[in-house]
Amino acid sequence: MGYEAGQFDVIVVGAGHAGVEAALASARMGAKTLCLTLNLDTIAYMPCNPSVGGPAKGIVVREVDALGGEMGRNIDKTHIQMRMLNTGKGPAVRALRAQADKYQYQNEMKRTMENTPNLTLRQGMAERLLMEDGKCRGVVTQTGAEYKANAVVLTTGTYLRGKIILGELSYESGPNNMQPSVNLSYHLQELGFEMVRFKTGTPPRVNSKTIDYSVTEIQPGDDVPRAFSYETTSYITEQLPCWLTYTSPETHELINGNLHRSPMYSGMIEGTGPRYCPSIEDKIVRFNDKPRHQIFLEPEGRSTEEVYVQGLSTSLPEDVQRKILASIPGLEKAELMRAGYAIEYDAIVPTQLWPSLETKRVDGLFTAGQLNGTSGYEEAAGQGVMAGINAALKVQGKDPLILDRSEAYIGVLIDDLITKGTNEPYRLLTSRAEYRLLLRHDNADLRLTEKGYEIGLISQERYERFLEKKDQVTAEIERLEQVSIKPSEEVQALLEKANSSALKEPMSAATLLKRPEITYDVIAKIVPAPTNLDEVVAEQVEIQVKYAGYIDKQLAQVERMRKMENKKLPIDLDYNAINGLATEAKQKLLEVRPLSVGQASRVSGVNPADISILLIYLEQGKLAKLAQ
Amino acid sequence: MEYDTIAAISTPMGEGAIAIVRLSGEQAVTIADSIYKGKQSLCDVTTHTIHYGKLMDPATDEAVEEVMMSVMRAPRTFTREDVVEINCHGGLVSVNRVLQLVLREGARLAEPGEFTKRAFLNGRIDLSQAEAVMDLIRAKTDRAMNVALNQMEGRLSKLVSSLRQTLLETIAHVEVNIDYPEYDAEEMTHQLLQEKLHEVKNEVATLLTTAQQGKILREGLSTAIIGRPNVGKSSLMNALVQENKAIVTDVAGTTRDVIEEYVNVRGVPLRLVDTAGIRETEDIVERIGVEKSRKVLKEADLILLVLNNNERLTQEDENLLAAVKGLNAIIIINKTDLESHIDRDRLQQLSDNHPIITVSLLQEEGVDRLEEGIAKLFFAGGMEAQDMTYVSNSRHIALLQQASGSIEEALHGIEASLPIDMIQIDITRAWEILGEIVGDTVSESLIDQLFSQFCLGK
Repeated sequence: MGYEAGQFDVIVVGAGHAGVEAALASARMGAKTLCLTLNLDTIAYMPCNPSVGGPAKGIVVREVDALGGEMGRNIDKTHIQMRMLNTGKGPAVRALRAQADKYQYQNEMKRTMENTPNLTLRQGMAERLLMEDGKCRGVVTQTGAEYKANAVVLTTGTYLRGKIILGELSYESGPNNMQPSVNLSYHLQELGFEMVRFKTGTPPRVNSKTIDYSVTEIQPGDDVPRAFSYETTSYITEQLPCWLTYTSPETHELINGNLHRSPMYSGMIEGTGPRYCPSIEDKIVRFNDKPRHQIFLEPEGRSTEEVYVQGLSTSLPEDVQRKILASIPGLEKAELMRAGYAIEYDAIVPTQLWPSLETKRVDGLFTAGQLNGTSGYEEAAGQGVMAGINAALKVQGKDPLILDRSEAYIGVLIDDLITKGTNEPYRLLTSRAEYRLLLRHDNADLRLTEKGYEIGLISQERYERFLEKKDQVTAEIERLEQVSIKPSEEVQALLEKANSSALKEPMSAATLLKRPEITYDVIAKIVPAPTNLDEVVAEQVEIQVKYAGYIDKQLAQVERMRKMENKKLPIDLDYNAINGLATEAKQKLLEVRPLSVGQASRVSGVNPADISILLIYLEQGKLAKLAQ
Repeated sequence: MEYDTIAAISTPMGEGAIAIVRLSGEQAVTIADSIYKGKQSLCDVTTHTIHYGKLMDPATDEAVEEVMMSVMRAPRTFTREDVVEINCHGGLVSVNRVLQLVLREGARLAEPGEFTKRAFLNGRIDLSQAEAVMDLIRAKTDRAMNVALNQMEGRLSKLVSSLRQTLLETIAHVEVNIDYPEYDAEEMTHQLLQEKLHEVKNEVATLLTTAQQGKILREGLSTAIIGRPNVGKSSLMNALVQENKAIVTDVAGTTRDVIEEYVNVRGVPLRLVDTAGIRETEDIVERIGVEKSRKVLKEADLILLVLNNNERLTQEDENLLAAVKGLNAIIIINKTDLESHIDRDRLQQLSDNHPIITVSLLQEEGVDRLEEGIAKLFFAGGMEAQDMTYVSNSRHIALLQQASGSIEEALHGIEASLPIDMIQIDITRAWEILGEIVGDTVSESLIDQLFSQFCLGK
């Protein structure tokens, strides 16, 4: 029944936000790549909110872009509005968010994939892995096609044994009534993978023509042109607004009165849902003293009237959903186009992965995205690009690319997943990063372009442009540190204009720039740079100089972390044989099998004494070898 | 973390002539130098040399101690790291003060066996000693866990936990503004933040002031008994000790063999020390001079000045009364069994409002009044022993000082109107440091707080 369907270097199963990045990265690195998807019409599909970015997530998009990924470029071409968030706060937490035209986003991504050399797009459902001596050597589809490859990346999203729950109704389904993937999940279990059942949900969509926007607040995009990608040069100027309204007391009554019909409370849902993405019924039960909840109305694209009702994620029955909509100001007459629903799916326990995202159990098998227990398009894309890079590096016989917690939010995300695991769908938050000040929106290129270039995902032209920017920043900071500003009349006048106190004695331009109220522009007026600097260079200089104290503090912390990260642990270490380790620590360490003492110290259940013992064991091993 | 700089007292506890505080780690020399004043900076001296100088408290710029500093650079040291040994005067109080100073300047209190552990990790100790070190670490942890468990129920733990909760809620509030900028939570303003931080800072400061009380509870209230020869100092001591350790005769200057004695007077622990006047034939003022005796007296937490009811006030008595002016003292008129010749009005004038208690030690009369007086003096000012949280552990004191420092930095950040997420770095640091006291720094609790405090989602 099976037939030989082709030989590839890398196969990517799935073409969601993880799959497309994995496939593009792998193909662009020169690996002959197959991307298999259930449905070619839903490449880079957004089954939930039509938006990309936000705090932490937006920075991931920048990181994906700096590594040569596609998400940033694609959203730059297809958004309906873009905003910089947290502009009133520090540079570390600024983040871009775009509202996407979800259909354009898909089409554009599909076109990019179709036009990428080395990349084959094919519709089909992977059901099994081809195994050879415990190694993954390809996949077999529902139709019996046997595709061979030396590395396989699974990015199955919420499709594995997917089940939609809508009030009293439930049925096997992928998102938005797509076909679920059942056999692959059982196959993974047969291979010995531990799986968990997670749950997520989506709100209803309504017809824009039936919304009374006059009673809502407008939420426009920024006037300034914005872009995620460092490559984008042309900007979309015509933007569409979003709208804000609120739940009413009637909404709350309705929900409280229908809780018995909610699958969340009737016990029909067994999967664990994310706390940061609660359903409206959850919000009203858990925060019953909050008089109203925000509802954002977000257009799903330029070519559709469908509007995403953000804040109203629910699995209540369809008739209740209609009544709830009617209770919300502006939506009284809104026509429900699609009902909200909850979806359950299988994910693998991510502590079964190496930092490269290759599974420990099956050589040559990588996983990324929601399959690894995360939530969010950006989290998926971040893992996807890394899994694709590492799959390609593996077939090329090279060492994997691993980002640490001080280099990228992607590093934080993957390290959290593989070291701590997760008991709910994992979402990135800025507070998950201990070196937040180093992981900024503005410096993603400085952090990662070099790496992207080394693995062949950043073009020579872009790399040179990057080096030029980097040099300019360094040179300008040096200049500001050296040039002294004297308290001349002209200087005092400029300072006064900037609401700053007068100079008592000469100081370096860098010191003056550290004053909170002094911007680079003011400095440039007093001591102009030899050549007019690009805006992004000026921004970088300002941030690095102004926050040098805090940045240095974090760098010192990173230094301490690195020492422990550099103490490598053998992967086949028999923790049971180590005297003195606590039993819990032994179990956890055997499960996670950390690659370094640093990683071991982040495993929950491992305490400092266990780490000391590991260090001693390490030293002992070294000494024992020396003795031989 | 493994290679931060550690410090410990490395001579046995007790009264030796000298004691050594040892520092090991990358910052050892820098930290030692920051509190040292000598001919040259310790950073510039040749390795394996010893230097005389003074220890300065950078906070007050006062000389604390005369010391000899041994500077030994890596790798030819016990731990194969930079090591500094501070040789100071013996005695718990002085050596503890030196330790406190280096901890405040950035060293961490070494855990039991940690110097040895480092020596091993850095390849200094041979393999055969490895097992012993492991046992040590394991044993230490188990003990530490017991201690931690005990402390979980302790008052300090409760207080610190509640401070941490305040900080955590504040951090979560800042975080929600960052991670959910459009969510309709109240914006955490600089002013709001400042209020919260002041609240926490004051509480930490209060805890730190109890550190002194905690020390007293642990080490006893250092108590000096002074008075002219043969006024009944030893009898007083005996009455308090209720043991016959001191030898009492009616010949002046026959008291010997008494150095220290611990007694518990109605919940107040007294350490009866420095009773030079008891042992010497001349009284303390005559022997060491008025100026110097003032200094000795100042170091005592409590002074019991004994006078003779049977005699008129002498010049010596008046000198003593002048010397205890402004100090914690109780004036005791002994020998009420004999005829009274003491000039009470004159005494009242000279007494500086110190409590005056009359006793007859010979007839064991009035000792309970004295005990009551001591208790009253100690618990004065609204202090109630049962309601106090005492911080007595050097590690805790050092951590509280660090936490206070971080909050201070956060407050500076607010004054400089830095962005709130920068200020939050220092607040988080304070929260983590306080967590080390109660043994909990799991960052996941912030995420939990975030989602339980705010209603977020799509």
